[in-house]
Amino acid sequence: MAKIRGSVTINKQYCKGCELCVYECPQDSLKMSTKLNTKGYHFAFLAEDTCTGCINCALVCPDACITVYRGTKKNQLSTVKKTTNSSSKMALKAL
Amino acid sequence: MYNMVDVYISERILTPDKSMDKVWERPDLLIDVPNHYCPGCSHSVVHRLLMEVVEELDIMERTIGIAPVGCSVLAYDYLNVDMQEAAHGRATACASGIKRVFPDKIVFTYQGDGDLAAIGTSETIHTVNRGENIVMVFINNGIYGMTGGQMAPTTLEGAKTSTCPEGRNLDLMGHPIKIADMIALLDGAYYVTRQAVHNSKTVRKTKKALLKAFQYQIDGKGGTSFVEIVSNCPSGWKMTPLEANDWLAKNMFEYYPLGNIKIPQKEE
Ligand SMILES: Cc1ncc(C[n+]2csc(CCOP(=O)(O)OP(=O)(O)O)c2C)c(N)n1
Ligand code: SF4
Ligand code: SF4
Ligand SMILES: [Mg+2]
Repeated sequence: MAKIRGSVTINKQYCKGCELCVYECPQDSLKMSTKLNTKGYHFAFLAEDTCTGCINCALVCPDACITVYRGTKKNQLSTVKKTTNSSSKMALKAL
Repeated sequence: MYNMVDVYISERILTPDKSMDKVWERPDLLIDVPNHYCPGCSHSVVHRLLMEVVEELDIMERTIGIAPVGCSVLAYDYLNVDMQEAAHGRATACASGIKRVFPDKIVFTYQGDGDLAAIGTSETIHTVNRGENIVMVFINNGIYGMTGGQMAPTTLEGAKTSTCPEGRNLDLMGHPIKIADMIALLDGAYYVTRQAVHNSKTVRKTKKALLKAFQYQIDGKGGTSFVEIVSNCPSGWKMTPLEANDWLAKNMFEYYPLGNIKIPQKEE
Protein backbone atom coordinates (compact mmCIF):
# COMPACT_ATOMS: atom_id res chain seq x y z
CA MET A 1 0.00 0.00 0.00
CA ALA A 2 1.24 3.45 -0.84
CA LYS A 3 2.23 5.67 2.03
CA ILE A 4 -0.53 8.04 3.16
CA ARG A 5 0.55 11.63 2.86
CA GLY A 6 -1.21 14.68 4.10
CA SER A 7 -1.44 18.31 3.26
CA VAL A 8 -3.04 21.52 4.44
CA THR A 9 -4.05 24.83 2.98
CA ILE A 10 -4.28 27.83 5.28
CA ASN A 11 -6.47 30.84 4.65
CA LYS A 12 -3.79 33.41 5.27
CA GLN A 13 -6.18 36.33 5.52
CA TYR A 14 -8.10 34.68 8.41
CA CYS A 15 -4.94 33.55 10.22
CA LYS A 16 -4.09 35.62 13.30
CA GLY A 17 -0.61 34.22 13.79
CA CYS A 18 -1.37 32.59 17.13
CA GLU A 19 1.12 29.75 16.39
CA LEU A 20 -1.06 27.14 18.08
CA CYS A 21 -1.06 24.99 14.93
CA VAL A 22 2.72 25.11 14.61
CA TYR A 23 3.06 23.95 18.20
CA GLU A 24 0.41 21.25 17.86
CA CYS A 25 1.74 19.65 14.67
CA PRO A 26 3.42 16.35 15.63
CA GLN A 27 5.38 16.33 12.35
CA ASP A 28 6.73 19.89 12.55
CA SER A 29 5.28 20.56 9.12
CA LEU A 30 4.10 24.11 9.70
CA LYS A 31 5.99 27.37 10.05
CA MET A 32 5.14 31.01 10.57
CA SER A 33 5.79 33.25 7.62
CA THR A 34 8.04 36.25 7.98
CA LYS A 35 5.56 38.06 5.76
CA LEU A 36 2.38 39.68 7.05
CA ASN A 37 -1.21 39.37 5.96
CA THR A 38 -3.42 42.42 5.38
CA LYS A 39 -4.27 42.58 9.11
CA GLY A 40 -0.59 42.66 10.04
CA TYR A 41 -0.29 39.12 11.36
CA HIS A 42 2.41 36.62 10.47
CA PHE A 43 0.54 33.68 8.99
CA ALA A 44 1.18 29.94 9.17
CA PHE A 45 2.02 27.85 6.11
CA LEU A 46 2.95 24.28 5.16
CA ALA A 47 6.72 24.27 4.98
CA GLU A 48 7.73 20.59 5.15
CA ASP A 49 6.45 17.60 3.22
CA THR A 50 6.05 15.61 6.45
CA CYS A 51 2.32 16.21 6.97
CA THR A 52 0.24 13.08 7.56
CA GLY A 53 -3.15 14.78 7.49
CA CYS A 54 -3.82 14.06 11.18
CA ILE A 55 -5.98 17.25 11.44
CA ASN A 56 -4.51 18.24 14.83
CA CYS A 57 -3.64 21.71 13.54
CA ALA A 58 -7.14 22.24 12.20
CA LEU A 59 -8.65 21.17 15.52
CA VAL A 60 -6.76 23.77 17.53
CA CYS A 61 -6.97 26.59 15.01
CA PRO A 62 -9.23 29.18 16.62
CA ASP A 63 -9.91 30.87 13.34
CA ALA A 64 -10.87 27.72 11.44
CA CYS A 65 -8.59 28.67 8.60
CA ILE A 66 -6.98 25.28 7.99
CA THR A 67 -8.26 22.75 5.45
CA VAL A 68 -6.71 19.28 5.58
CA TYR A 69 -6.14 16.82 2.73
CA ARG A 70 -4.96 13.23 2.46
CA GLY A 71 -3.63 11.27 -0.48
CA THR A 72 -0.69 9.26 -1.68
CA LYS A 73 1.17 11.79 -3.81
CA LYS A 74 3.78 14.27 -2.62
CA ASN A 75 2.83 17.86 -1.94
CA GLN A 76 3.40 20.36 -4.68
CA LEU A 77 5.90 23.10 -4.22
CA SER A 78 3.82 26.08 -5.10
CA THR A 79 6.06 29.10 -5.01
CA VAL A 80 9.66 28.07 -5.47
CA LYS A 81 11.34 30.80 -7.31
CA LYS A 82 14.99 30.10 -6.59
CA THR A 83 16.82 27.44 -4.65
CA THR A 84 19.61 27.44 -2.08
CA ASN A 85 22.34 28.26 -4.56
CA SER A 86 20.64 31.45 -5.72
CA SER A 87 22.57 34.59 -4.93
CA SER A 88 21.58 36.35 -1.75
CA LYS A 89 20.90 39.43 -3.84
CA MET A 90 18.13 37.64 -5.70
CA ALA A 91 16.75 36.37 -2.45
CA LEU A 92 16.68 39.81 -0.91
CA LYS A 93 14.94 41.21 -3.93
CA ALA A 94 12.23 38.58 -3.67
CA LEU A 95 11.52 39.53 -0.05
CA MET B 1 18.47 39.28 12.82
CA TYR B 2 17.18 36.84 10.25
CA ASN B 3 19.54 35.44 7.73
CA MET B 4 17.75 36.77 4.67
CA VAL B 5 18.71 33.89 2.42
CA ASP B 6 17.46 31.32 4.91
CA VAL B 7 14.21 33.17 5.38
CA TYR B 8 13.62 33.27 1.66
CA ILE B 9 14.34 29.62 1.22
CA SER B 10 12.20 28.53 4.15
CA GLU B 11 9.17 30.18 2.62
CA ARG B 12 8.59 27.78 -0.17
CA ILE B 13 4.96 26.98 0.41
CA LEU B 14 3.73 23.45 -0.16
CA THR B 15 0.23 22.88 -1.51
CA PRO B 16 -1.80 19.67 -1.81
CA ASP B 17 -1.44 17.55 -4.90
CA LYS B 18 -4.64 17.59 -6.96
CA SER B 19 -5.20 13.89 -6.31
CA MET B 20 -5.56 14.46 -2.57
CA ASP B 21 -8.94 14.27 -0.83
CA LYS B 22 -10.24 16.90 1.51
CA VAL B 23 -10.60 15.36 4.99
CA TRP B 24 -11.32 18.40 7.14
CA GLU B 25 -12.63 21.87 6.51
CA ARG B 26 -14.29 24.77 8.27
CA PRO B 27 -17.91 23.84 9.10
CA ASP B 28 -20.45 25.40 6.73
CA LEU B 29 -22.49 26.73 9.65
CA LEU B 30 -19.61 28.84 10.89
CA ILE B 31 -20.30 31.98 8.88
CA ASP B 32 -17.45 32.65 6.49
CA VAL B 33 -16.19 35.92 7.97
CA PRO B 34 -13.10 36.68 10.06
CA ASN B 35 -14.08 36.77 13.76
CA HIS B 36 -13.26 39.58 16.19
CA TYR B 37 -11.64 37.38 18.84
CA CYS B 38 -8.04 37.94 19.84
CA PRO B 39 -5.41 35.56 18.39
CA GLY B 40 -5.55 32.15 20.08
CA CYS B 41 -8.79 32.77 22.02
CA SER B 42 -10.73 29.67 23.10
CA HIS B 43 -14.05 31.34 22.28
CA SER B 44 -13.43 30.86 18.58
CA VAL B 45 -12.60 27.16 18.99
CA VAL B 46 -15.83 26.55 20.89
CA HIS B 47 -17.87 28.47 18.31
CA ARG B 48 -16.50 26.16 15.65
CA LEU B 49 -17.17 23.02 17.73
CA LEU B 50 -20.76 24.08 18.34
CA MET B 51 -21.39 24.46 14.64
CA GLU B 52 -19.71 21.11 13.91
CA VAL B 53 -22.02 19.48 16.43
CA VAL B 54 -25.17 21.15 15.09
CA GLU B 55 -24.13 20.13 11.58
CA GLU B 56 -23.44 16.53 12.58
CA LEU B 57 -26.72 16.15 14.44
CA ASP B 58 -28.50 17.79 11.51
CA ILE B 59 -30.48 20.16 13.73
CA MET B 60 -29.60 23.51 12.13
CA GLU B 61 -33.24 24.16 11.20
CA ARG B 62 -34.42 23.94 14.78
CA THR B 63 -31.52 25.18 16.88
CA ILE B 64 -31.76 28.46 18.80
CA GLY B 65 -28.70 29.86 20.56
CA ILE B 66 -28.62 32.58 23.21
CA ALA B 67 -25.65 34.94 23.10
CA PRO B 68 -24.39 36.54 26.33
CA VAL B 69 -22.72 39.82 27.19
CA GLY B 70 -18.96 39.46 27.15
CA CYS B 71 -16.46 38.89 24.36
CA SER B 72 -18.92 36.48 22.75
CA VAL B 73 -21.67 39.12 22.60
CA LEU B 74 -21.42 39.00 18.81
CA ALA B 75 -21.68 35.19 18.59
CA TYR B 76 -24.75 35.62 16.35
CA ASP B 77 -22.51 37.13 13.69
CA TYR B 78 -20.67 33.81 13.38
CA LEU B 79 -23.12 31.04 14.21
CA ASN B 80 -25.50 30.38 11.34
CA VAL B 81 -28.44 29.27 13.48
CA ASP B 82 -31.27 31.33 15.00
CA MET B 83 -29.87 33.43 17.80
CA GLN B 84 -31.22 35.63 20.57
CA GLU B 85 -29.20 38.18 22.52
CA ALA B 86 -29.80 38.27 26.27
CA ALA B 87 -29.12 40.98 28.84
CA HIS B 88 -25.95 40.42 30.86
CA GLY B 89 -26.28 37.16 32.80
CA ARG B 90 -29.82 36.39 31.72
CA ALA B 91 -29.16 33.96 28.86
CA THR B 92 -30.56 30.96 30.71
CA ALA B 93 -33.73 32.85 31.65
CA CYS B 94 -34.22 33.67 27.96
CA ALA B 95 -33.49 30.07 27.02
CA SER B 96 -36.00 28.74 29.55
CA GLY B 97 -38.73 30.90 28.03
CA ILE B 98 -37.83 29.93 24.47
CA LYS B 99 -37.66 26.21 25.23
CA ARG B 100 -41.02 26.30 27.02
CA VAL B 101 -42.73 28.11 24.16
CA PHE B 102 -41.02 25.96 21.49
CA PRO B 103 -40.37 22.58 23.14
CA ASP B 104 -39.35 21.09 19.78
CA LYS B 105 -36.51 23.53 19.30
CA ILE B 106 -32.99 22.71 20.43
CA VAL B 107 -31.91 25.55 22.69
CA PHE B 108 -28.42 26.33 23.93
CA THR B 109 -26.89 29.17 25.89
CA TYR B 110 -23.32 30.36 25.51
CA GLN B 111 -21.87 32.39 28.42
CA GLY B 112 -18.63 33.55 29.95
CA ASP B 113 -17.77 33.33 33.63
CA GLY B 114 -18.60 36.95 34.36
CA ASP B 115 -21.95 36.43 32.70
CA LEU B 116 -22.85 33.00 34.07
CA ALA B 117 -21.11 32.97 37.45
CA ALA B 118 -21.24 36.62 38.57
CA ILE B 119 -24.12 38.77 37.38
CA GLY B 120 -26.17 35.74 36.24
CA THR B 121 -25.54 33.34 39.14
CA SER B 122 -29.16 33.41 40.22
CA GLU B 123 -30.49 32.65 36.73
CA THR B 124 -27.88 29.91 36.34
CA ILE B 125 -28.80 28.15 39.54
CA HIS B 126 -32.56 28.41 39.14
CA THR B 127 -32.53 27.33 35.50
CA VAL B 128 -30.64 24.19 36.40
CA ASN B 129 -32.77 23.69 39.49
CA ARG B 130 -35.88 23.76 37.31
CA GLY B 131 -34.18 21.18 35.11
CA GLU B 132 -34.83 23.12 31.92
CA ASN B 133 -34.09 20.84 28.98
CA ILE B 134 -31.41 23.05 27.45
CA VAL B 135 -27.65 22.91 26.86
CA MET B 136 -25.57 25.45 28.77
CA VAL B 137 -22.10 26.15 27.41
CA PHE B 138 -19.86 27.88 29.95
CA ILE B 139 -16.59 29.51 28.93
CA ASN B 140 -14.49 29.72 32.08
CA ASN B 141 -11.50 31.91 31.27
CA GLY B 142 -11.10 33.21 34.82
CA ILE B 143 -11.49 36.84 33.84
CA TYR B 144 -13.78 39.51 32.39
CA GLY B 145 -12.24 39.50 28.94
CA MET B 146 -14.43 42.02 27.16
CA THR B 147 -14.18 44.86 29.65
CA GLY B 148 -10.41 44.76 29.94
CA GLY B 149 -9.41 41.93 32.23
CA GLN B 150 -11.07 42.49 35.59
CA MET B 151 -11.26 39.78 38.26
CA ALA B 152 -14.05 37.24 37.78
CA PRO B 153 -15.51 34.98 40.48
CA THR B 154 -13.53 32.19 38.80
CA THR B 155 -10.14 33.97 38.92
CA LEU B 156 -7.59 31.73 40.63
CA GLU B 157 -5.92 32.61 43.92
CA GLY B 158 -2.91 34.82 43.32
CA ALA B 159 -3.81 35.50 39.67
CA LYS B 160 -3.29 39.14 38.72
CA THR B 161 -6.03 41.11 37.00
CA SER B 162 -6.68 44.82 36.59
CA THR B 163 -8.92 44.84 39.69
CA CYS B 164 -6.55 42.70 41.79
CA PRO B 165 -3.16 43.84 40.51
CA GLU B 166 -1.42 42.20 43.48
CA GLY B 167 -3.10 38.88 42.75
CA ARG B 168 -6.40 37.54 44.05
CA ASN B 169 -6.39 37.57 47.82
CA LEU B 170 -8.81 35.01 49.24
CA ASP B 171 -9.31 36.87 52.55
CA LEU B 172 -10.38 39.98 50.72
CA MET B 173 -12.01 38.62 47.57
CA GLY B 174 -13.32 35.20 48.45
CA HIS B 175 -12.64 31.92 46.74
CA PRO B 176 -12.76 31.05 43.05
CA ILE B 177 -16.21 29.59 42.46
CA LYS B 178 -16.56 26.03 41.12
CA ILE B 179 -19.91 26.62 39.57
CA ALA B 180 -20.11 23.29 37.71
CA ASP B 181 -19.56 21.32 40.92
CA MET B 182 -22.16 23.49 42.63
CA ILE B 183 -24.92 22.99 40.11
CA ALA B 184 -24.17 19.27 39.77
CA LEU B 185 -25.70 19.00 43.25
CA LEU B 186 -29.04 20.22 41.91
CA ASP B 187 -31.55 17.54 40.98
CA GLY B 188 -32.36 19.37 37.75
CA ALA B 189 -28.83 18.85 36.41
CA TYR B 190 -28.73 15.88 34.01
CA TYR B 191 -25.23 16.01 32.60
CA VAL B 192 -22.43 18.19 33.97
CA THR B 193 -18.94 18.01 32.54
CA ARG B 194 -15.76 20.11 32.50
CA GLN B 195 -13.61 20.13 29.39
CA ALA B 196 -10.95 22.27 27.68
CA VAL B 197 -9.86 23.21 24.17
CA HIS B 198 -6.17 24.03 24.60
CA ASN B 199 -4.87 21.13 22.48
CA SER B 200 -6.16 18.71 19.87
CA LYS B 201 -6.84 15.96 22.40
CA THR B 202 -9.05 18.12 24.59
CA VAL B 203 -10.78 19.62 21.53
CA ARG B 204 -11.80 16.09 20.48
CA LYS B 205 -13.14 15.36 23.96
CA THR B 206 -15.04 18.63 24.18
CA LYS B 207 -16.72 17.89 20.90
CA LYS B 208 -17.85 14.52 22.20
CA ALA B 209 -19.20 16.17 25.35
CA LEU B 210 -21.13 18.73 23.31
CA LEU B 211 -22.51 16.00 21.05
CA LYS B 212 -23.74 14.15 24.13
CA ALA B 213 -25.29 17.25 25.67
CA PHE B 214 -27.21 18.09 22.49
CA GLN B 215 -28.25 14.46 22.02
CA TYR B 216 -29.73 14.37 25.54
CA GLN B 217 -31.78 17.42 24.71
CA ILE B 218 -32.95 15.94 21.41
CA ASP B 219 -33.95 12.73 23.19
CA GLY B 220 -35.92 14.89 25.61
CA LYS B 221 -34.10 13.49 28.62
CA GLY B 222 -35.14 15.31 31.77
CA GLY B 223 -32.72 17.95 32.88
CA THR B 224 -30.14 20.52 32.03
CA SER B 225 -26.85 19.65 30.34
CA PHE B 226 -23.96 21.84 31.39
CA VAL B 227 -20.64 21.88 29.55
CA GLU B 228 -17.94 23.98 31.18
CA ILE B 229 -14.91 24.69 29.04
CA VAL B 230 -11.78 25.80 30.85
CA SER B 231 -10.58 28.48 28.45
CA ASN B 232 -7.81 30.96 27.89
CA CYS B 233 -7.89 34.72 27.47
CA PRO B 234 -4.46 35.59 26.10
CA SER B 235 -5.20 39.31 26.02
CA GLY B 236 -6.74 39.49 29.48
CA TRP B 237 -3.99 37.36 30.96
CA LYS B 238 -1.37 39.42 29.11
CA MET B 239 0.27 36.37 27.56
CA THR B 240 0.89 35.04 24.08
CA PRO B 241 -1.59 32.32 23.02
CA LEU B 242 1.03 29.62 23.59
CA GLU B 243 1.95 30.98 27.01
CA ALA B 244 -1.72 31.24 27.93
CA ASN B 245 -2.46 27.62 27.00
CA ASP B 246 0.60 26.52 28.91
CA TRP B 247 -0.41 28.54 31.97
CA LEU B 248 -3.93 27.13 31.73
CA ALA B 249 -2.70 23.55 31.70
CA LYS B 250 -0.30 24.15 34.58
CA ASN B 251 -2.62 26.15 36.84
CA MET B 252 -6.30 25.92 35.99
CA PHE B 253 -6.78 22.14 35.88
CA GLU B 254 -5.59 21.72 39.43
CA TYR B 255 -8.50 23.81 40.68
CA TYR B 256 -10.90 23.00 37.84
CA PRO B 257 -10.16 19.34 37.09
CA LEU B 258 -11.36 18.05 33.73
CA GLY B 259 -13.88 15.27 33.42
CA ASN B 260 -17.52 14.44 34.02
CA ILE B 261 -19.01 15.76 37.23
CA LYS B 262 -22.45 14.26 36.82
CA ILE B 263 -23.55 11.72 34.24
CA PRO B 264 -27.00 10.26 33.65
CA GLN B 265 -27.63 7.46 36.13
CA LYS B 266 -28.12 4.68 33.55
CA GLU B 267 -24.65 5.29 32.17
CA GLU B 268 -22.84 5.12 35.47
C1 LIG C 1 -25.67 45.05 33.42
C2 LIG C 1 -24.27 45.13 32.95
N1 LIG C 1 -23.26 45.23 33.85
C3 LIG C 1 -21.99 45.28 33.44
C4 LIG C 1 -21.68 45.25 32.11
C5 LIG C 1 -20.24 45.32 31.66
N2 LIG C 1 -19.73 44.05 31.20
C6 LIG C 1 -19.71 43.73 29.90
S1 LIG C 1 -19.00 42.24 29.60
C7 LIG C 1 -18.70 42.03 31.25
C8 LIG C 1 -17.99 40.80 31.77
C9 LIG C 1 -17.86 39.71 30.78
O1 LIG C 1 -17.06 38.70 31.28
P1 LIG C 1 -17.29 37.20 30.89
O2 LIG C 1 -18.72 36.85 31.00
O3 LIG C 1 -16.33 36.38 31.68
O4 LIG C 1 -16.96 37.13 29.34
P2 LIG C 1 -15.56 37.09 28.59
O5 LIG C 1 -15.44 38.41 27.94
O6 LIG C 1 -14.49 36.78 29.57
O7 LIG C 1 -15.76 36.00 27.59
C10 LIG C 1 -19.15 43.10 31.99
C11 LIG C 1 -19.02 43.21 33.45
C12 LIG C 1 -22.76 45.15 31.18
N3 LIG C 1 -22.53 45.09 29.86
N4 LIG C 1 -24.03 45.11 31.63
S1 SF4 D 1 -3.77 28.07 14.53
FE1 SF4 D 1 -4.87 29.07 12.85
S2 SF4 D 1 -4.84 31.27 13.36
FE2 SF4 D 1 -3.28 30.27 14.61
S3 SF4 D 1 -1.36 30.45 13.43
FE3 SF4 D 1 -2.28 28.47 12.89
S4 SF4 D 1 -3.51 28.88 11.07
FE4 SF4 D 1 -3.07 30.87 12.01
S1 SF4 E 1 -10.25 39.51 25.47
FE1 SF4 E 1 -9.85 37.39 26.03
S2 SF4 E 1 -11.83 36.34 25.92
FE2 SF4 E 1 -12.01 38.28 24.81
S3 SF4 E 1 -11.56 37.76 22.66
FE3 SF4 E 1 -9.65 38.46 23.59
S4 SF4 E 1 -8.67 36.58 24.30
FE4 SF4 E 1 -10.80 36.09 23.93
MG1 LIG F 1 -14.62 35.46 31.16
